[in-house]
Amino acid sequence: MAKAAETPPDTLLDKDTALRLFRMMALIRRFEERTEEQYTRARIGGYCHLAIGEEASTVGAIDALEEGDCLYASYRDHGTALAVGSEPAAVMAELFGKETGVAHGRGGSMHLMDVQRRFFGGWGIVGAHLPIATGTALALSYRDLPNAVLCQFGDGAVETGSFHEALNLAGIWDLPIVFQIINNQYGMGTSVEQSSAEPDLWRRAAAYRMHGERIDGNDVLAVREAAGRLMTIARQQRRPALLETITYRFRGHSVADAGKVYRTAEEIELWRKRDPITRFGLLCSERGLLEQDEIDQVWSDVAAEVKAAIDEALGAAFPDPDTLYEHVYGDPAWREQFSRMHAGAPFGERGEERTWQT
Amino acid sequence: MADLTYREALRRALDDELARDPEVFLMGEEIGRFEGSYKVTAGLWEKYGPQRVRETPISEEGFVGAGIGAAMMGLRPVVEIMTINFILVAMDQVINHAAKIRYMFGGAVGVPMVIRTPGGAGAQLTAQHSQSLEAWFAGCPGMKVVAPASVADAYGMMKTAIRDDDPVLFVENLVMYNVTGTMPDDPDFTVPLGRAAVVREGRDLTLVAHSYTVQRALRVADTMSRDGIEIEVVDLRSLRPLDAETVAESVRKTSRALIAEEGWSTYGVGAELAARIHRLCFDDLDAPVERVGGAEVPMPYSKPLELAALPLESKIEAAARGLLAESGIA
Repeated sequence: MAKAAETPPDTLLDKDTALRLFRMMALIRRFEERTEEQYTRARIGGYCHLAIGEEASTVGAIDALEEGDCLYASYRDHGTALAVGSEPAAVMAELFGKETGVAHGRGGSMHLMDVQRRFFGGWGIVGAHLPIATGTALALSYRDLPNAVLCQFGDGAVETGSFHEALNLAGIWDLPIVFQIINNQYGMGTSVEQSSAEPDLWRRAAAYRMHGERIDGNDVLAVREAAGRLMTIARQQRRPALLETITYRFRGHSVADAGKVYRTAEEIELWRKRDPITRFGLLCSERGLLEQDEIDQVWSDVAAEVKAAIDEALGAAFPDPDTLYEHVYGDPAWREQFSRMHAGAPFGERGEERTWQT
Repeated sequence: MADLTYREALRRALDDELARDPEVFLMGEEIGRFEGSYKVTAGLWEKYGPQRVRETPISEEGFVGAGIGAAMMGLRPVVEIMTINFILVAMDQVINHAAKIRYMFGGAVGVPMVIRTPGGAGAQLTAQHSQSLEAWFAGCPGMKVVAPASVADAYGMMKTAIRDDDPVLFVENLVMYNVTGTMPDDPDFTVPLGRAAVVREGRDLTLVAHSYTVQRALRVADTMSRDGIEIEVVDLRSLRPLDAETVAESVRKTSRALIAEEGWSTYGVGAELAARIHRLCFDDLDAPVERVGGAEVPMPYSKPLELAALPLESKIEAAARGLLAESGIA
């Protein structure tokens, strides 16, 4: 593990940056804890994957993005959305399936998105968003824009064919993209050592003549420095890179998994001692950047912010069932194109007025 | 009016759209220097360069996904899958991603992408290279699936598909590339999606088909016309959106319906149409709806076996005559 003293000098902090990073990690932590609680109260359905413990890997990399850069993430994306600046109330509303959610209740936990902030989604099929992110990098290159893509995914995605195809395409086409493995060491309950013939995942980069690098993913400054450096190279030199950030999820794979069958209590305890937020708070205290009362104030502020988000989301309306068919297609002519398809269609698909209960 | 092959019509449509809109680009295996496995893109790489006619490695999942990611940024990729059989390795990108992105992100972003690919059989290409899988895709909300059967439609529908804001699977047919037909001179000519065409009028039986099977259907209609039987041939042109109304109007007139397709009929285009015809034309039918498709076997290699597996004119004609006999004609 990197110690604070080993942090490269160019990441030395000013107070505003320290506060911004700490506050965002604290917001995610509190948001996820309350999300877990909301799930147990049955306000959230479906799958729900928490990122508690992984805050530094998410926040450090996203903090390195510049205006116009694009971001992709896996389904463990609540923290991603918060880190790009999506409104916590709109994120919570999406988890509640409300019309005011970031995807108007159509996507849920795994499909958060914020196109205005260039966050192109949480994705539900492991590894499959890597080629898509590569295509977005291709579009940046095609249009000769000075930006790059950050594509985050878990260690499990490294074993998919998509990983290989995406990195290969990015390599042969010189695309501006940084692939970030948020290695929390388990794909569901299967460890990296079980899954990978080369558990040093960053070494896969060599197969594509790409720069690969592994860093401590629980050190927000190290993540920010590495992501910033590699994104700069991607932007300026059109060279893709693979960044592995080693972290740990304190919870199970999803809220339905206690996370205790496939790993030991000792292991979990060891990683709790490396809690990225506690560590960063200590560092900021040591450097005199944040006083304890300021840290306490942040925790109190984010708790209030998350509570307000929950209250607002609870008060929001569910989508109207009459909007069920919206957004399947988007071409201006789609209704006209499909106007002759109602004929003889199955019950419910003939444009009938809904007389049945939903 | 000019005569062109189906292949040339497609190439002209791609050329015209590349020239019209700098955000349109082509992507696929061997589409550049090699000119395309079936030469549809011949000359375009020289004309537009490697950025706009982008050669890819054998990575269908990768480059279909890349097409999606580029389309989400507003570009208009036209992705070639060398034959429809190879799209199966990219099925996750097509069905789980292209078809669902607009909806699951609440309408925030769309995928204005065309995937063009030939299907069909008949050249002893055997089981893994002789399939007609379009019905699988046509069953998926979020996709549009078209399968033009004429030179004019190949041109006009390709232009419409490229300009469409939703993902379109554009199904060509290996046997049709050399078919010649007439093209309207109007350079702005396009064909809307979701509109079937009555390509031959008749009174005795409605024969519905798409893609190359339309050509077979027309030949069957010619043959049976000599016996005084007049078959109305409906070219679906588009499978999703489907124009069930044109089919129903025809069946109401003829009182008999036969659906022919090159793919397997079970759970196929014919199955869907039969269900709709049954609902729309229940009181008009003089005989049960009949279907004919490819034999329900993996396509064999040996020529006599392959011919036995194809929905040749003779098989379609036998089905038509059987249907007419059931209702007391011929």
